[in-house]
Amino acid sequence: MAYTVRRPNLTFWEKIYLPNIIAGLAITFKHLKKMLKGETHVVMQYPEEKWDAHLPEYYRGAPTLVKDEHGRERCVSCQLCEFICPPRAIKITPGSIPSESKFAKVEKFPEAFDIDMSRCIYCGLCEEVCPEQAIFLRKDYAVTGESRADMVHHKEKLYELGGTMPDLVHKWNPEK
Amino acid sequence: MSPILFWIFAALMLAFGVSVVVNRDPVASALSLVASFLCLAALFVGLDAFFIGVIQVLVYAGAVMVLFLFIIMLLDLKAEKRRHFNKLALAGGALVTAGFVAGLVRVLSLYPAGNQPFPPLGVAKLDDVRQVGMTLFSNFNLPFQTVGVLVLVASVGVIVLSRRELK
Amino acid sequence: MELLNTIPWMLIASSVAKTLFLIFLVVLPIVSYTVYAERRVSALIQDRLGPNRTGFPISLFGFKKDLQLFLGGLGQPVADAVKFLLKEEFTPAHVNKFYFWLAPVLAMVPALSTLAVLPFGNYLFGQKMVVADVNVGILYVFAIASIGVYGIVLAGWSSNSKYPFLGGIRASSQMISYELSLGLSAVPVLMIIGNLNLSDAIQYQIDNGWLLLPFTDGKLTLREFLLWIPVLISFIVFTISMFAETNRLPFDLPESETELVAGYHTEYSAMKFALFFLGEYAAMIAGSSIIVVLFLGGWHVPLLPINTLESSMTPGGIALGFLHITAFFAKVIGILIFFIWVRWTLPRFRFDQLMKLGWLYLFEIALVNIFITAGIIALVK
Ligand code: SF4
Ligand code: SF4
Repeated sequence: MAYTVRRPNLTFWEKIYLPNIIAGLAITFKHLKKMLKGETHVVMQYPEEKWDAHLPEYYRGAPTLVKDEHGRERCVSCQLCEFICPPRAIKITPGSIPSESKFAKVEKFPEAFDIDMSRCIYCGLCEEVCPEQAIFLRKDYAVTGESRADMVHHKEKLYELGGTMPDLVHKWNPEK
Repeated sequence: MSPILFWIFAALMLAFGVSVVVNRDPVASALSLVASFLCLAALFVGLDAFFIGVIQVLVYAGAVMVLFLFIIMLLDLKAEKRRHFNKLALAGGALVTAGFVAGLVRVLSLYPAGNQPFPPLGVAKLDDVRQVGMTLFSNFNLPFQTVGVLVLVASVGVIVLSRRELK
Repeated sequence: MELLNTIPWMLIASSVAKTLFLIFLVVLPIVSYTVYAERRVSALIQDRLGPNRTGFPISLFGFKKDLQLFLGGLGQPVADAVKFLLKEEFTPAHVNKFYFWLAPVLAMVPALSTLAVLPFGNYLFGQKMVVADVNVGILYVFAIASIGVYGIVLAGWSSNSKYPFLGGIRASSQMISYELSLGLSAVPVLMIIGNLNLSDAIQYQIDNGWLLLPFTDGKLTLREFLLWIPVLISFIVFTISMFAETNRLPFDLPESETELVAGYHTEYSAMKFALFFLGEYAAMIAGSSIIVVLFLGGWHVPLLPINTLESSMTPGGIALGFLHITAFFAKVIGILIFFIWVRWTLPRFRFDQLMKLGWLYLFEIALVNIFITAGIIALVK
């Protein structure tokens, strides 16, 4: 059904626009004046002022690898994240854990773990899919580099960014 | 005006004039016509007839031709580009042109007064806008008003004709 | 040889000098800093900061830090220009190459040509500060401005894609429509001045007070007071039409981003795009200059002495000459800032509203205004 919008009845002064235009100009001028006087403070001067302290816990920055509270790497190199990653940013080279190791039953560990940050779209699917809770999107957002190679985060860098994440599930630790 | 400038602009004007006819692409033709108008305006300016020169640009190049171009672009005439020259028509046209030029040269050479350099105008700067206005509104007031009414009638007619029938 | 003697070399030399001064030392810097002002003012109006980092890169020459002057970011236009020059000159495959290259030139040239008749200062070094002091000044400006539409139309058509084409169509119909009210609204002013020459327009305002502020000569006669009304109306109509002619918001339909990507220059990049940009801002400067000349007394500053041809060679006269040029461009910059201010205040019109405003209101108002002016001039001495 057609619905007729009722137009407001404008007075003569509203119809000729000009007073309203002047009123609008006054509003914008007020903003300009306040800005010039430094009374409004809305934007931040990025590199000097940062919002890092206010980042929420769930902030999804760059993907990182984490260790548990014993300092053991959690990733078992199952490569699920490599498969799920939509832009194929992750590249894992799996290695096997020697049988004499305490964690031999884990079987695999990542020999190399590269995330190409120039491809990553911060979707968080890797975090979602990981069965070991080994990969997390943490609070780093300023990923820079001067070449493509610079933009690849290697395993050491990923652990450095990730740090430890205690109080998660512990599948592989020997029973206490 | 320096004769050099005259020759440059006259040559340009003729060249663009030829290109109006020769070009198969309507847009190119229209733009050549604009360029030709501009050169003509330059010739007027060279004769110190600023008013006519400026009006030439304002009316023809600035308004009429913009509308032309506008319509040509809207219609997007592709068929015109594919048409080839008709050799017979071309020859006929060349013949007529040659005849005209020959006639013109003959007449001018038989008319000695046309061969004299024109005595320079006394006034350095003519107030031509004022003079055109004065002449229009005093000596030619009636024709001027008549033309005004005619134009009015024409524009009313156009509006009536182009208005869609309201059912 | 004889032909060469007919060429007035002195006149050409002084004209070229004035043109170069006007374009390269005045207009182009104003253009680039108008762009900067546009970005800064728009940002400040929206409670942002705008470009405030780019300084002059003197650190390239061994200084510790880049030079930052008061507000900061003043090096931005330079950086922009360098960027435009270094970018890839890309021509899409589907365009009509010749016209695609021609269009930016046609957009730029008329905008700069209008400046030829503007009296931007009084006498200086024994020269009148106007490139061509012709007796049809204002008509010349309108004529050249009406040529400016070709650049836009050709750009839209030759890009051979739909959004530029729509932009080009909008531009041409808009500019043709508003030329009428622009021309008609200037008529009352010309009737009052009684001449088309722009230098004479300024001379009249020196003798009788600026048209918009008729008390600048120290007195306000009844005639001036009555004429104030039509002048005010024609100032408003003229300014609005100027907004439409220069495709500025609220009338920037040819390039309205929300509907047409970028309108007629969607397919352009690098320096070709920059030429459109420059042309647009140069047209704005030309328009503002016309407003200044017709309504705000041109280079005239009340209470300041006026140079004559002789006194313009003395040191005091030279200072005064430069002062007048500065005054002129200060007024122009004021109007430009007003343009920017309006742009960031008002929303865009719809196309039918724009046409309605032009044809049904401004056109009629301008016409009636002519009659009012004629009546006042005839009745009140
Ligand atoms: S966040 Fe998304 S894109 Fe980035 S590495 Fe993880 S899965 Fe790949
Ligand atoms: S990070 Fe998780 S999903 Fe990726 S390989 Fe390691 S265990 Fe598997």
